[in-house]
Amino acid sequence: MNINLTLFAQAATFALFIWFTVKFVWPPLLRAIEARQKTVADGLAAAEQGKRSLETSTRQADEAIKTARERSTDIVGQAEKRAAQMIEEAKNAAKDEGAREKAAARAEIEQEVQRARELLREQVAALAVAGAEKILRREIDARAHAELLEGIKRQL
Amino acid sequence: MAAGAELNPTEYINHHLTFLAKPVGDGSFWTVHVDSVATAVILGVLGMGFLWWVVRGATSGVPNRRQAFVELAFDFIDEQVKGIFHHGDRNRFVAPAALTVFVWVLLMNAMDFLPVDIMARMLGALGLHEFRMVPTADVNTTFALALSVWLLMIYFSIAVKGLGGWIHELFCAPFGSNPLLWPANLLFNFIEYVSKPLSHSLRLFGNMYAGEIIFLLLWVWAATGLAGTVFGTVLGVGWAIFHILIVVLQAFIFMMLTVVYIALAHEHH
Repeated sequence: MNINLTLFAQAATFALFIWFTVKFVWPPLLRAIEARQKTVADGLAAAEQGKRSLETSTRQADEAIKTARERSTDIVGQAEKRAAQMIEEAKNAAKDEGAREKAAARAEIEQEVQRARELLREQVAALAVAGAEKILRREIDARAHAELLEGIKRQL
Repeated sequence: MAAGAELNPTEYINHHLTFLAKPVGDGSFWTVHVDSVATAVILGVLGMGFLWWVVRGATSGVPNRRQAFVELAFDFIDEQVKGIFHHGDRNRFVAPAALTVFVWVLLMNAMDFLPVDIMARMLGALGLHEFRMVPTADVNTTFALALSVWLLMIYFSIAVKGLGGWIHELFCAPFGSNPLLWPANLLFNFIEYVSKPLSHSLRLFGNMYAGEIIFLLLWVWAATGLAGTVFGTVLGVGWAIFHILIVVLQAFIFMMLTVVYIALAHEHH
């Protein structure tokens, strides 16, 4: 138990080592650890934010899908309606066309009949005139009796 | 022993407890225990050098095992300091000082694990016939550390509270500022200021010195015959294992007290 100069030597050594640690050992490690802690904290925050934005975008996507589905349903409905309408229109148009054609045909037939009847009348009149001519060849002057003959022809 | 001569137990123990003292002047004070200083310096350089070497290449990314080991020590010290020191930025001085104390004292204490007689023979072969391996079993070392901490205490007391505040506290704390209580306060503070470095240093010194003596006694016993060898060996192993705890525990206690004393110096009363 003898106190001597060793005490001061050791104290100086101690001071030197403390100074060394304070200056060169502690700060770099502290920096490294704090930087890592920050990195980890940032990473956790980013993960949290990513999770949140994923939730948001999932919700948005769901909404978009819902909207699209509704629109497509609308569009399909409209298309069906339009198709039905078009079929209806076509049907009507065809019906009209048919009716028109039928009427035209009927008019034509009517005309034909009229014409045939006219022809027939003329022929009958001619036949009657011819018959009358044969009977009355001499007695009837075609010129003098033209008025009469015309009247007969019109009557037939 | 080193010369191969037969020693009686007293001589054996005395031999192992003799410092490698170099007088540097007149009088018993002007002596340096070269063994204590050299061992302490070498261990400090090794310990702090290792830390510095690891820390220089420290990455903030994924640490390698070496760095993880150092960070383990760092975190351990930092946790302890964080729990005790609430008076400002601990990273500026207290925490690194605590790390220094812990690592250095631990290494110095750990010298107790080296087998004394084998070391004595090896050092004897180098011409060092007297060499004590455990610097913390030298009261000079523990006093040097404790007094350094004591000076830091006074320094921080004055730095934080001002010279007037410190003197005011000497007279007015802990009992009160009534002038009648001044002597009591001063006496109390005086005793505290004396007892702190004494208990701080002697606790470490006593533990390490006692550990050394018990080893020496066991080895004396081991030299007395077959039974002594067997018992000496068995008990020596037991004591060595127990000593692992003491070495770490004393280093830890010394470090904690250092932090506590410096933290107390920052406190206002």
